[in-house]
Formats: sequence, C-alpha cells, structure tokens
Amino acid sequence: MLRLEKRPQPSRAWAWATPVLAVVLTMIAGGLLFAALGKDPVEAIRTIFWDPLFGQYASYSRPQLLVKAGPLILIAIGLSLGFRAGIWNIGAEGQYIVGALCAAAVGLAFYPSEARWVIFPLMIVAGALGGLLWAMIPGLLKVRFGTNEILVSLMLVYVAENVQSWMALGPLRNPEGMGFPGSRNLAQYPAAANPELIAGTGMHWGVVAALLAVIAAYVLLSRHLLGFHIRLTGESPRAAAFSGVNPGALILICMGASGALAGLAGMFEITGPSGRVSIDFNVGYGFTAIIVAFLGRLHPVGILLAGLLLALTYIGGEVASLTLRLPVAAIQLFQGMLLFFLLAVDVLTNYRVRRAREGTA
Amino acid sequence: MTEPLLRLSGLTKAYPGVVANRGVSFDIRPGEIHALLGENGAGKSTLVKTIYGLVKPDEGRMAWRGAPFAPGKPSDARAAGVAMVFQHFSLFDALDVAENVALGMENPPPMGELAARIREVSDTYGLPLDPGRIVGDLSAGERQRVEIVRCLLQDPRLLIMDEPTSVLTPQEVEILFETLRKLRSEGTSILYISHKLEEIRALCEHATILRLGEVVATCDPREASAREMAEMMVGSALHRPARAAKAPGEVVLQLDGLTAASPRPFGTALKDVSVEVRAGEVLGIGGVAGNGQDELLLALSGEMRTAAEMVRLKGAPVGRLGPTARRRLGLLCAPEERNGHASAPDMSLTENALLTGGVRKGMIRKGFLDWGKARGFAEEVIRGFDVRTPGPGAAARSLSGGNLQKFVIGREILQAPQVLVVNQPTWGVDAAAAAAIRQALLDLAAGGAAVIVVSQDLDELMEISDRFAALNGGALSAPVPTGGLTVHRIGLMLGGAHDMEVAHVEA
Repeated sequence: MLRLEKRPQPSRAWAWATPVLAVVLTMIAGGLLFAALGKDPVEAIRTIFWDPLFGQYASYSRPQLLVKAGPLILIAIGLSLGFRAGIWNIGAEGQYIVGALCAAAVGLAFYPSEARWVIFPLMIVAGALGGLLWAMIPGLLKVRFGTNEILVSLMLVYVAENVQSWMALGPLRNPEGMGFPGSRNLAQYPAAANPELIAGTGMHWGVVAALLAVIAAYVLLSRHLLGFHIRLTGESPRAAAFSGVNPGALILICMGASGALAGLAGMFEITGPSGRVSIDFNVGYGFTAIIVAFLGRLHPVGILLAGLLLALTYIGGEVASLTLRLPVAAIQLFQGMLLFFLLAVDVLTNYRVRRAREGTA
Repeated sequence: MTEPLLRLSGLTKAYPGVVANRGVSFDIRPGEIHALLGENGAGKSTLVKTIYGLVKPDEGRMAWRGAPFAPGKPSDARAAGVAMVFQHFSLFDALDVAENVALGMENPPPMGELAARIREVSDTYGLPLDPGRIVGDLSAGERQRVEIVRCLLQDPRLLIMDEPTSVLTPQEVEILFETLRKLRSEGTSILYISHKLEEIRALCEHATILRLGEVVATCDPREASAREMAEMMVGSALHRPARAAKAPGEVVLQLDGLTAASPRPFGTALKDVSVEVRAGEVLGIGGVAGNGQDELLLALSGEMRTAAEMVRLKGAPVGRLGPTARRRLGLLCAPEERNGHASAPDMSLTENALLTGGVRKGMIRKGFLDWGKARGFAEEVIRGFDVRTPGPGAAARSLSGGNLQKFVIGREILQAPQVLVVNQPTWGVDAAAAAAIRQALLDLAAGGAAVIVVSQDLDELMEISDRFAALNGGALSAPVPTGGLTVHRIGLMLGGAHDMEVAHVEA
C-alpha cells in the first residue's frame, strides 16, 4: 500500500523536477498512443521534438518556434499573475480575439495613411485596451456580484468568436476583397505591419513584448509589493486581507493585466503571422497558454521555457501530421496529456509517497 | 476491587518525527470520573482517539470489561458503549438540532420520535434543548449540549469529554458538572480531559497525568494541590509573569458605539461597543467563543470597516482605514488563527515578517521590497522570542503551534505598536511559551503601549489584565478593575448560565 504524507515544507527540488517528469511521462504515453495508431512511436516523438529544430527542413520550421512561442508566453505570463492569486481567467482566447479586432479596427481606420509611428503604437494601445476591457467584464462581475470568473470568462470566448465572425463578414471586411470574408492584410500594410525583425529568426515585436513581459513579471513577483500581494492572496486569502490587500482591487488588476497581455498577443498576431481578420484566425493560443502557465510553474522563467516547449509541439505536430499523417487531434491530445501529467505528478511537491505498513490507519 | 471498564496496557503510537504515546497504561473503573491531564502536545488527543477507534496504536492492547477491545472505526467504539464529545464541535450550522443529532446516529428514528427523545434526555439531565432550533443560532454552551445529548442518546458506558469547559461560563461549568455527577451516579464512567486543575479537583476521583506521551504520575486530585499537579504536568516549576505597578497614561484607543454586522454567516454582530484603553494598561476582554471576538478583532485590524468615528486612535477617526493605514498609525493586531490568518502557512518566515512588518519596518520603498530588511526583521523576531526554527527561510507551517504563535506575537510587539490587540494569544500553546508570551505583553504595556487581550482563558486574563470587560452576544460590558473580581462575578458578566438549569432528577 502506498500512502501520501504531507511534507512539512513544499519540496523545491520536486517543484522543478515535476515539469520534466511530466514531459517524460507524456512522451511515454504519447508514444503508446502513436503506437496504437499504427505509427512508429520513436519516429513520431522524434518528428515532434527533434525534426523541427534539427531535421531536414529545420531552416523553415525553426523561426516558427519564436512565432508560436511569443503569443503563448505573452498570454501565459498574464494568466500566471491571476493564477498565482487564485483568480482563474480561462478566457484569454476571447481577450486575444478582442485585442486583435480592436487593433485591426484602429489600423484599418487609418488605411492607407503611412504614419507608422502614430498608427503602430496606437494599435498596440488599442490591442491591450481591447483585451483589458474584455477581461474587465468577468472581473467586475466577480467583484460586484460574486459571479464565477471561470465560467464568465470562458463563455465570453464564444461571444468573442462570434464578434470576430461578424467583423470579418461585416465592418472590417476588405472593400476590395470581392465579397470574400476577411479584412485587408495588415501584414502587407507597412504602417501597421509587425514584420520579422531579424530575417530567419521569427523574431517580431510580439516576441520582444513577451521577453519584456517575462522580465517585468519576474521583477514584479520577486521584488514588488504588488507581486507579494498576488502571491499572498493565492497562498492564503485571509492572511492577505489581514496584511492589507484589497481583494476586489487585486482581482481587477490581475484580470486586467492578463486581458491586456492577451490583447497584445492578439495585436501582434493579427499584424504579423496571421495578417488579417478572418472568421477563424484564432488558433487556440489563449487555451494553450493555460498549459504553458502551469507547465512553467506559474514562474516567469518557467513559462519562457514551457512556451518554447509547447511551441515545439505545435510545429512538431504540424510536421508529424504532414510526414507521418498523424491526425491533428492526436497532437492536441498530446498537449492535453502534458497538463494532465503535470497536475498529477505535482502532488509530489507537497506530499511524499510512503509505503504504508499493513494495519495502520 | 471491581473489574475495570476499560484497561489500557502499553499503548504506543508514533507519528513521523514524534512519539505521541509511549507505553500508556491505566484503568478506568465503572462509575468514576477519570481525569486525563497534560499540556498541549502531551498526547491526550491521540490517546482518546485510540479509545474512540480513530487511531490504531502501533503497540499495546485495550480491554473492555475484560475482553479484548480494538475498535477499527468510531462506530465499533460506539457499539461497545464509548461516546465522545469533541473539543471542536462537529455540527452543521444550517441544520436544526434534531437533524444534527440524527446525522450522528447509525439508524436514526423518525424525526418526531427523535425530537421527543431529545426533549426527554435533555430535561432529565438539565440540558434544555429545543430540537427544532437551527444550530447556527445557538451559543457555544448550547452547541455543546447538542453534542452531549447526541452522546447520551446512545446510552454510553464511557463518555469521553475533550476540554469541555473551554467554551463555557463558570455558571455553565457548574451545571455541566451536575450533569456529569448525575451520570456517574447512574454508573457511567467519564474520561475527562482538561488542563484546568481546579475543575479536575472539583470533579474527578482519579487523575492520570501525561507528559510527552508518557504517563508520568497518577494521583487523587481531591488530595493533591493544583500546584503539585501543574508541576507534574509541566515537569518543572512554573514561571509566573511579573508586572510592575504603573499609572495609566492618556487614552490611546477609543471605541465609540462600535456597531457592525458580521461578515460571515452565523457570525455575531457587534452591538454598541464602547471602551477606552489607556497607554500602559492591559485591557482583558473575556467571553465564550462566538460572542463577537472575531468580529471585534476584524473591526480593529481594519479588515472590517465601520463608520470612521467608531474607532479612534489618539483621537483621530480610523474606522474607515484599512489594515496598512492603521499599522502605519500604530494600531497592530494579532488574530486568533495563527495559521492562515496571522500567517500564510506555505510562505517563509521572512515573507511572513513582511506580511505585517512592511510599513513600520521600512521594508517597502516606492512599492519595491527590501528582502534583506525583511529577513533581518524575521531573524530579530526569531531571536527575541526564542522561536525554535532552522531559520527565516522555513515555512510557517513547519513550526509548532507555540513557536508560530511566538513568532506572530513577537512580530507585532517588535514593531513598537501604540496599541496591540491580540486574540487568544496562548491558545494551544505549551505552558512555557504561554508564560513567555504573557510576559512579553506585560513588558509591552510597561513600555507605554495600550494592550487589549481577547481570551477565553479567564485565568490568563486575571493574571495579566488591569481591567476586565466581557463580550457577550456582541455587546461589551463596562470594564472593571481586575483586582477583587470573583469568578462568580465574571461568570455573570459573561452572560451567566445562558438559561441553563441544574439536572432535574436527584443525583
């Protein structure tokens, strides 16, 4: 009989070892899954984790790593602040969409002006503000009426998706698009574009923003009173209230920050890699970022690494579906398993496993 | 000599890092009230949980009327005739009395029949209870009656009572004792757990004294003095706090008609609480748990806001200010629950030092934290209050109750407050640590601070306070000087017997 025994202190070693263990377990379980699908598991794992970086076509896929990791990290950093405080914003996908739409609307409103130094910063502000306001809906409802932010933020994703379809078909539709849905291509509009900054690296302004967010979050959480209040609220809400934290304000700050960063991610995506508002330009970064946040232990540096790893599974998954004809759903399952195993082995941080002697309660 | 009802032989139970019981042996005879005496952490709880089937001993045996007795779960123990009233009640606030009683029974009778039996038993033993009342509306004493009646309905041979009087007024204690004596006269044995020596001397014929998990002495409490028993319990002579006489200074804290609803369901609203506390004095506030102590502390700490003029600090209205602003002005608090309210259990002592010390100790500059100062302050508290811990990096939850309490109280005292409010400063703390904490509070007052001690331990309040006031149903009595107060008078201030009555049937 195995028995769990609470540790007197959370184990620091295990806190860092569990993500690695979760990745290993995911590879094993994923390998079994691929084997059951009739694929060679070793080859499948290699295709997902190795080929995108060092394989035959790596020069094409390598820049994609930063392109995909940028929004994931940016969103996950914002989410991690709330998650640390026990505020569960699950609707980053919606905030990402609304941020992108607001930024696109501002950019298109200026079309075809060439004043990039006005337009691009304005679009950044619009993107952040759009995400922030969308996140304020669940935030204010929670503070004012005690609603559940998980449900409200999640459902607002579906609202945002419908707004997005309407925008693509209506107000933001390309007037020169011959009636097809979708906006003008912002990536080809120099005043609004978010281009690759260094050729062949995938580095764009969104990646820069993500790196700045990592540094800012690190400083905030380790050196600033607000970061301390966020952590304290997550550890013990009553102790936080005793310390002087205003819970309502903290909820709004955390929801606002995560919404703004998600909106920013949307802005950088719609002006760069994605290019235009279509009925379904969102690819689930807002949801995958939840996995990134947890896999990175809600720690900024961990999130940086986890974002790169998840980006790798995205790219590797695409490669695998092309070369090995693995179904796309198998890749999503793979990402889901990662979170599942992480949460499962997480118990080792706070508990140690002991062999229980027969007959003891 | 009659056969014992329950014989314990060599019971040993070890938990990781601590031996809770080591070779504990004693007998409980039919129809006796047997005291189990010991400090917090002496192993009393583990022992009674063993008898009640909640804990399996590593070694040793029990015999029930001569037959081997090894209950695997509480229902086995109940089937044999063991009943237990826990220190912390296991009642549902939102249900009524009869429903709560039914929840504890294996095969509850129909509600109407059960209500009638509750009335009958409660009348017989002088524990009046209305089966239809919602438990959330009952006083602590009444809740205990629910627990006792629940036990009596099982017709137990052995009734275990864990610290039963900690929630009762002195008058209620006397009524409880009448009930227990009546049960004894009917042949029921009672295992009575307490650290209140005078009660044990008034009630029990046998006492078994535990220290660090072992039986260190047995005695007849009617013949031993309280001091002898205390020293057997602690293992050394007790240190009594010393205090210097002083003239009270100016009024520092003033509560003026403080009225506020409780933020929690079934909490107690504060009703027109008015009192003045002067520099250099200790005001003791006594009361049975749940009479507004928590709410009073929240209103003073700033976690609960009131009208501005209801709380004045040196004349300035602070009722609308939050905890941080009040701390800056010198009004500091230490709540009752040290784990999860006064401290964050999973955070380090350094972080917990910052939890309240940030403003007054200059650990925050323009929003940025000075961790070096926080660690220094944590070390200062650890040194100054003899907190046993590997260092400031240790998580708060890794400390024992007494050590964490010393840290929490020390953290506030070392911030040099103008006013310090503490709730249950020595609850669940061993005697040596309790004495140290009381001495520190007295020293703080001697240094010119106003100190408010909220406690259920009347002995503690008599020992350290200059004036005493009672909190009853959210209202505070007028404070009276402690000198010359009798236990009877205090009992009346605490709300008397809360409408209880002595057992009807002649014992």
